[in-house]
Amino acid sequence: MSSDGSAPAVSADEMMAVEAARRLHDGTVCFVGIGLPSLAANLARRTHAPGCVLVYESGTIGAKPSELPLSIGDGELADTADAVVSVPEMFAYWLQGRRIDVGFLGAAQIDRYGNLNSTVIGDYAHPEVRLPGGGGAPEIALGVDDVFVLLRQSPRAFVERLDFTTSLGDNVRVVVTDLGVLEPRERELTLVAVHPGVDVDKARAATGWNLAVADDVRETEPPTDLELRALRALRTKGHEHG
Amino acid sequence: MLVPLQDAIAELVHDGDVVALEGFTHLIPHAAGHEIVRQQRRDLTLIRMTPDVIYDQLLGMGCARKLVFSWGGNPGVGSLHRLRDAVEHSWPLALEIEEHSHAGMAAAYAAGAAKLPFGVLRGYRGGDLPARTRVATVTCPFTGEELAAVPALRPDVGIIHAQRADRHGNVQMWGILGVQKETVLAASRSIVTVEEAVDELEPRPGAAVLPAWVVDAVALAPGGAHPSYAHGYYQRDNSFYVAWDAISRERERFLAWMRRHVLGTADIGEYHASLAAEALAV
Repeated sequence: MSSDGSAPAVSADEMMAVEAARRLHDGTVCFVGIGLPSLAANLARRTHAPGCVLVYESGTIGAKPSELPLSIGDGELADTADAVVSVPEMFAYWLQGRRIDVGFLGAAQIDRYGNLNSTVIGDYAHPEVRLPGGGGAPEIALGVDDVFVLLRQSPRAFVERLDFTTSLGDNVRVVVTDLGVLEPRERELTLVAVHPGVDVDKARAATGWNLAVADDVRETEPPTDLELRALRALRTKGHEHG
Repeated sequence: MLVPLQDAIAELVHDGDVVALEGFTHLIPHAAGHEIVRQQRRDLTLIRMTPDVIYDQLLGMGCARKLVFSWGGNPGVGSLHRLRDAVEHSWPLALEIEEHSHAGMAAAYAAGAAKLPFGVLRGYRGGDLPARTRVATVTCPFTGEELAAVPALRPDVGIIHAQRADRHGNVQMWGILGVQKETVLAASRSIVTVEEAVDELEPRPGAAVLPAWVVDAVALAPGGAHPSYAHGYYQRDNSFYVAWDAISRERERFLAWMRRHVLGTADIGEYHASLAAEALAV
């Protein structure tokens, strides 16, 4: 879908990373998890927001990795960071101290209010699927000004009722999915944009509740060549390791 | 001051103990975990913020009856299959869990290191976790603000891996340091494995030093963090974390792997030789 038609088509992950990256600005201090959030934040730093500050919960503040890290504690994050702090300091002084603007979260389930489940599918005491758990999420969700959620949209993930509430949706400002963008309008997540080639009905069908749709749904801008080149250069290392 | 790792585990880790092996992605004490498996400790309460491959191995080998944790997954890969099998199907044993958030665990370790009864934080607000774990509300006597209180972590044994120690047993570590210092200071007894023993510790910017007199045993274990890493010595073995997903998925394959590479080896040197021999055979 690049303008000259030579590059491979834009993948759903790439579309999500680009949409999220565009919401980060120079000077934004951003709490980053591994995977898509890390991709998005590093893309922002490589394109329009070189002064975006990446904070990984392992204790690295202002990390500037040359390639995408595969864990939140890769050595390169420490080598390139402005500061490396202990985990108690990270959560007490920096997150609880409200020095972080944006936090990225993912989950297995989300509801219409942006509440997230990353704990269990089924009953807590006898789960069908035991998920990794909340980790930093419960305090990140309430300790930053703006929570960005990155999550593929499906009826299994976008549910009427969570099996377990791991973190609250109070500060969720945007949910970027593989189909489009949702933002809270009077608390309820509302479809405000669809990606190129996606129609509103497809987004509705991929949602387990009756999805609210904005009157003025727009189409997201496809990635520019610059964004795609920066993104694909970052992902080289990840691809080597499958 | 240095002792063999086998002796340190034999003397300091007992059946039924509360044991914390820490290391946040970096410096995870795998060699010490393997020695606990070899000596077949039972009924342990295992504490760790991010139980990953080493706890998958300890749980799958039946060493623990309880797990205290805040995030249990294979970082960047997916599930921990042995942890899931224990929680979902009680295999090989029923596993009690006490689940926290990272912020809560970090505050609880810091309280333990300070010998305070509880840690305090602005956290555990809303959601379903507070009803499922040990957390209470305290009121600030100065402002009236309601805050979360988590019971201090006070392990019987704290175990970490570090870069080096000197001949007196002073320990030096650098890079991402997680909650390792708190783990040693919160524990009644502590074991540190190191990459290298040196005559004298050279000062390093950003390094933490644990004086010999807060550590009970220092053991040499070069390569002892693998597949985790030791900053300045070797990198994280990312392909091992990916491979672990398939090795650990089925019980029989997991057990065969553990018999071959852990139970079938005597120490960290033999473990690495065993992995290398398997890689050559492929």
